[in-house]
Amino acid sequence: MDELLEILQDMHPEVDFDASDTLVDDKVLDSFDIVTLISEIYDTFGVAVPAEEIVPANFNSATALYALIQRLEDE
Amino acid sequence: MQQTNVLEYLERTVCRLPYKEAFSDGDTAMTFAQVYAQSRAIGSALARRGLEGEPVVVFMPKRPQTVTAFFGCVYGGSHYVPIDEEMPRLRIELILRSLRARMMICDESTREKAAAFGFEGEIALYDDLAGESEDAPLLAQIRDRQLDTDPIYVVFTSGSTGIPKGVAACHRSVIDYIENLSDVLCFDEDTRFANQTPLYFDACLKELYPTLKFGATTYLVPRQLFMFPVKLVEFLNEHKINTICWVVSALTTISALRTFEKVKPKYLRTIAFGSEVFPIRQFRLWREAVPGARFVNLYGPTEATGMCCYYVVDRDFALDEVMPIGRPFHNTGILLLDGDKPAAPGTVGELCVRGTSLTLGYYRDFERTGEAYVQNPLNDRYPELIYRTGDLARYNERGELVFVSRKDYQIKHMGHRIELGEIEVNVDVLEPIRSACCIYDKEKGKIVLYYVGDMTPAALMEALKPRLPRYMLPNLVLPLERMPLTANGKLDRTALAKMYAERNK
Repeated sequence: MDELLEILQDMHPEVDFDASDTLVDDKVLDSFDIVTLISEIYDTFGVAVPAEEIVPANFNSATALYALIQRLEDE
Repeated sequence: MQQTNVLEYLERTVCRLPYKEAFSDGDTAMTFAQVYAQSRAIGSALARRGLEGEPVVVFMPKRPQTVTAFFGCVYGGSHYVPIDEEMPRLRIELILRSLRARMMICDESTREKAAAFGFEGEIALYDDLAGESEDAPLLAQIRDRQLDTDPIYVVFTSGSTGIPKGVAACHRSVIDYIENLSDVLCFDEDTRFANQTPLYFDACLKELYPTLKFGATTYLVPRQLFMFPVKLVEFLNEHKINTICWVVSALTTISALRTFEKVKPKYLRTIAFGSEVFPIRQFRLWREAVPGARFVNLYGPTEATGMCCYYVVDRDFALDEVMPIGRPFHNTGILLLDGDKPAAPGTVGELCVRGTSLTLGYYRDFERTGEAYVQNPLNDRYPELIYRTGDLARYNERGELVFVSRKDYQIKHMGHRIELGEIEVNVDVLEPIRSACCIYDKEKGKIVLYYVGDMTPAALMEALKPRLPRYMLPNLVLPLERMPLTANGKLDRTALAKMYAERNK
């Protein structure tokens, strides 16, 4: 989780990623961020996020995103 | 009689296809008859207020009514100036100050924000203006006075001094562009566009005016969809979209996220793209996914009205090859200049544009207009303006134009044209900052900001948000003890680039 937070914090140092669960709804993340995230997640965790998992529910909070990574790691 | 007004497109089509859907955002749609009636009502309302020949700000979200408001301004003999909620407040205030407009059109969703700008003119609601009565004789008088050299819009682009530049374009340039673009991209009545670019740039001309000309249909794609590629492609399929003219990054987002493994566009037949170089690896994915489509690379600066060069993809490219920008549109001239001389054959020169596509210049800014729109140095016989793009290009062995690089610190990021200097100016102005310098990581497409000053990266980002549009915010902010300087005491971008490369090792 710390590694993911670090990636997010690098992108948006001004955002409290522990607290927010509306990253998509409140437009904290944009399409560029999503692309960057997917590539950094691949570099760091070695998991490729499939396109059908790129939906608002998986990106609205750091916790949700981390849960997705873990799920993909288990598969 | 020769066409001299862009509204003639609408007037011809509304007789033929009054009840056809013209513009839709997926939720609400407007027919040509509705667009016609409401834009004429708005035009009458504006003209009654004496706004002929003046700028009118349109501050509305991306929806069919916004487009109709644009045409309403043109009916009233005004020129529309789109601004958007995406733009930061301070930037909007700069724009409003330089415009000195007397009228702003809003809707319910933007009226509160509009009231907070300190705008001195009238703020009117779209629904109120569209509900006023049409004054046909008044509109006819305005039309009679209007020339094809009168402006129809002003759109703002990044300026290195920190002040955005408003580019004004006239009927004649837009008609010339739409006619020639339509020929190249083969638009017709069955064309179904999905618009990606914001309405506050000239890029949306590609959809708006051909829709009027041919009686085609444009879907304004909700911005959020571009984050979720599967949904985006499903949107294209649901609305049977067959034509897209998007920035490259919108296309590569789809392909790079492996969307095509899940879903493919079913109806696309024309895929035009521009604003950036298309990485060949991503291009191949598109071509495999939509093998029947025609792919067209477009190139052009806002100052030359939309796009001015095109290349219809007719061959394969190696991964390290750059797709050419091809040749100029009919009735547009391109010069490659080395200073004030033509560049030697096969060598790199600054790409300059001449012809009807040249816009009128920067709004209320004769000085910066005079720097970029200059006398053609190859013509010493009569006045002839060219626009110096600052882009470097050359001809390849096939005689096609190829973009090489920029002369200065302007970049293309997610399809947006950005002066790194404008970001730096907006950082420098913050009190705790002593020095700031931006570099662009082309490979990852990241804007990297280095700075010296008593401020955390978090506080710095927070301070930049009201000043810079979202797409200009740095993607990585790194504090430094000391800024590297060249021997002349200038910011040493090369040293920073090295430092950045070290960091990524």
